[in-house]
Amino acid sequence: MRQTMQIVIVGHVDHGKSTLVGRLLADTGVLGEGKLDKVMATCQRQGKQFEYAFLLDALEAEQDQGITIDAARVFFRTDKRDYIIIDAPGHIEFLKNMVTGAARAEAAVLIIDAKEGVRENSRRHGYLLSMLGIRQVAVVVNKMDLVGYDRGVFDRIVAEYRTFLEGVGIRPHCFIPISAREGDLVAGPSAAMPWYDGPDVLAAVDAFGKAPSGADLPLRMPVQDVYKWNARGDDRRIVAGRVEAGRLAVGDRVLFSPSNKTSTIASLEVFAAEPPREVEAGRSAGVTLTEQIFVGRGEIMSHLREGPEVGTRLRANVFWLGKLPLEPGRAYKLKLGTSQTEVRVEEVVRVLDASELESSVTKKRVDRHDVAELVLRTRAPIAFDPSERVEATGRFVIVDGYDIAGGGIVRALVPDEQQQLRLESRIRDIEWVRGDITAERRARALGHPASMVMLTGEAGVGKHAVARALERRLVDEGVHAYLLDGKNVVLGVDADIELDDREGLVRRFGEVAHLFLDAGLVVVSTTNVIGLADHHTLQTLVAPFEVLVVHVGPAGTEGEEADVRLDPSLVSGLGAGPGSGLGSGAEPVEAVERIMEVLAQRSRLRSH
Amino acid sequence: MSQLDELEEQSVYIFREAYKHFKQLCMLWSIGKDSTVLLWLARKAFFGHVPFPLVHIDTSYKVPSMIAYRDRLAREWGLQMIVGQNRQALAEGMSHERGRLTCCRALKTEALRHTLDGSWPRLRMGADGRYHEDPEVALPAAPGREASFGREAFTGVIVGARADEEGSRSKERYFSPRDHNSDWDIADQPPELWNQFKTDFAPGTHVRIHPLLDWTEVNIWEYIERERVPIIDLYFDDGTGHRYRSLGCETCTGKIESTATTTEEILVELRATKVPERAGRAQDQEDTYAMEKLRREGYM
Repeated sequence: MRQTMQIVIVGHVDHGKSTLVGRLLADTGVLGEGKLDKVMATCQRQGKQFEYAFLLDALEAEQDQGITIDAARVFFRTDKRDYIIIDAPGHIEFLKNMVTGAARAEAAVLIIDAKEGVRENSRRHGYLLSMLGIRQVAVVVNKMDLVGYDRGVFDRIVAEYRTFLEGVGIRPHCFIPISAREGDLVAGPSAAMPWYDGPDVLAAVDAFGKAPSGADLPLRMPVQDVYKWNARGDDRRIVAGRVEAGRLAVGDRVLFSPSNKTSTIASLEVFAAEPPREVEAGRSAGVTLTEQIFVGRGEIMSHLREGPEVGTRLRANVFWLGKLPLEPGRAYKLKLGTSQTEVRVEEVVRVLDASELESSVTKKRVDRHDVAELVLRTRAPIAFDPSERVEATGRFVIVDGYDIAGGGIVRALVPDEQQQLRLESRIRDIEWVRGDITAERRARALGHPASMVMLTGEAGVGKHAVARALERRLVDEGVHAYLLDGKNVVLGVDADIELDDREGLVRRFGEVAHLFLDAGLVVVSTTNVIGLADHHTLQTLVAPFEVLVVHVGPAGTEGEEADVRLDPSLVSGLGAGPGSGLGSGAEPVEAVERIMEVLAQRSRLRSH
Repeated sequence: MSQLDELEEQSVYIFREAYKHFKQLCMLWSIGKDSTVLLWLARKAFFGHVPFPLVHIDTSYKVPSMIAYRDRLAREWGLQMIVGQNRQALAEGMSHERGRLTCCRALKTEALRHTLDGSWPRLRMGADGRYHEDPEVALPAAPGREASFGREAFTGVIVGARADEEGSRSKERYFSPRDHNSDWDIADQPPELWNQFKTDFAPGTHVRIHPLLDWTEVNIWEYIERERVPIIDLYFDDGTGHRYRSLGCETCTGKIESTATTTEEILVELRATKVPERAGRAQDQEDTYAMEKLRREGYM
């Protein structure tokens, strides 16, 4: 079976990318019959001199302006293998098209005009190739005919550009002096440059190797979807996704991140073929699990002890293509693997002018075509890897509005306040001793999933009264609810620790809540012992159980992130506070109704 | 992995992304080899199921056996078929005699646009295996749309276009947005990075999805051979030493001279030829930029 390789040709505008590709097509005899004649005839009719670039620039607008607008794919073959050549535009206006073309490639040819030398986009493209993860690069110095095939010119460009590329982490395989228009050293030797004894372009391209498959890396399968067709006699529940790294076999114990759920691979599913026992990196897979756990798109499946990082803060390198700048304070969407999360820029560490590679540490926003080092913060924890470890789960795009406006790679996790607890709870979840009843079976038996309603607010605003009324209402509806007051945990579980050991109090409260949730209950919690800020910690401890945060407090105060905000007037007149009795007729009916409504909307009251 | 494996995996990935992100999703099935391979890949992606309707635009000038083949597979595989047609233009006598591009525009581009957006009547195959008028139903309000009564518009359309077919197709994205007029803004296409596609879109726009973009004509036949995809027999020698290489309307599609009766023989022939695939399609020859013009207006 023949191999295919995708190669991108990049470089500054007018340095001759399309001409080189046109020449390669013509010289290797892969053009369709009549194509060369047709383009030549068109040129003649339009009174233009024929150029090889016209073979590629098939779109009307491009022929009129003589520049490549979009990355065109050209199919071409040598004795060794088949190629898809991506001719990427060099004009700065079309950088997003260049990036699109290059992101698909396994290797790149960077082209430089011998007469013009290293220009802005020669540098920018070099830098972007490095960020896009392209390690195999050949540099061609084109239009040698215009400088009299002078070795001195070539050597100067090589010296300058090699230094630049090494600075951004690219070590080119070779530098080749060519004339695409005259055909020198494209697909054969050049009588005009006897001083050069390296490969021609064709040989250099054939010398590129296939990228390693990634099968030896730790297993990573981002979950794309979960299918249950219930049609045509098919009741399988299939978790589908592509194995981006590592290997996966029937019987493997697997971990889903960030939810920390675990299960075992029962089968690998395929259509119209023999099911394999094992699949490896690059393959789309469908698996069934022995325990019917609830997992969904966005989670990363791995082996138990080789999970990805989970966190909310990441240090990343980003290139920006958006019309509006990327800046702190605004919310964007981060897409990594199959996950989507709201993200904000926490810190602009430095902005690089990609063309000059000068960096600014004072600039606090990232403009179009800038490259920057940032700290990003996601709203909810996500699973990922540093791109150095696993490329596919270490890169992401940022969506602004409806458009992909930037891309980047993760350098490292930056610990947030929850990091230690998150690690502890992951180990707890992996080591957890389970009975035979899965969470899904328990939810079916009880009629609803386990979840938590957390009431927050200043002491004395009446949240305790709401919690009590809510517990009663839930039980009346047949929901297995339990009111967990922080005071009760302090009285017993916390009896041996000091009341100023805040961290200890929060952790124990969270672990107790987690036990009740594992038992399948709807936990209604209220406490004055811990403050609003600690509720993030609680959520980390009880994840992936769903938490509904209900904040009692006036508008404009803290609690902006709450799922439900209740104005104190709704619960006023109750004289509420922990332990206070409810006066007759002073039921917070409306408050309870609002909470019940949201719980119903989010399917927390009925098993799915 | 072999080249065909890589192509298959990429197509499957794109199918699953499309299904996850587009509620109103359909796939165009022209009955030709490419979209039939596409259909086979959909069954691979969804483990034997095709969880969205297939749309066929019937110009009424198709080879009759194409319709019979379409309906036979639809019944065997449990496909949800939708068939659209420019009934008015046909009633007024539209044919290639009024100009091939004019005819293509009316019977393909126009019919397609109005079938996809639900504004024209269309046929839907029922559980009885027969076609019925697709009824108007109550459509709930959605972003950019009031609640109304009508036929659902598709916002995601899966298409079997390949980059190697002709110039303008080589610039397509896997996920390619079209505005409310189905126009394609070639100069301002969204970036596509790794496997992150454009899946967020403004109300009123729709997205064309191209799982076969990286496949060549030879790849298609290699795959048909490997997977034993049941392809329509018009591609094989009809006994007179002629066969179709590309399928379209009977009036505008020429046969080529060939005695190939099997996929192996077709592959041998293709690997040797330098004649472009669409050489038999008369509308392409009308204007150097014929295909680009048609595609900008929404032609597939």
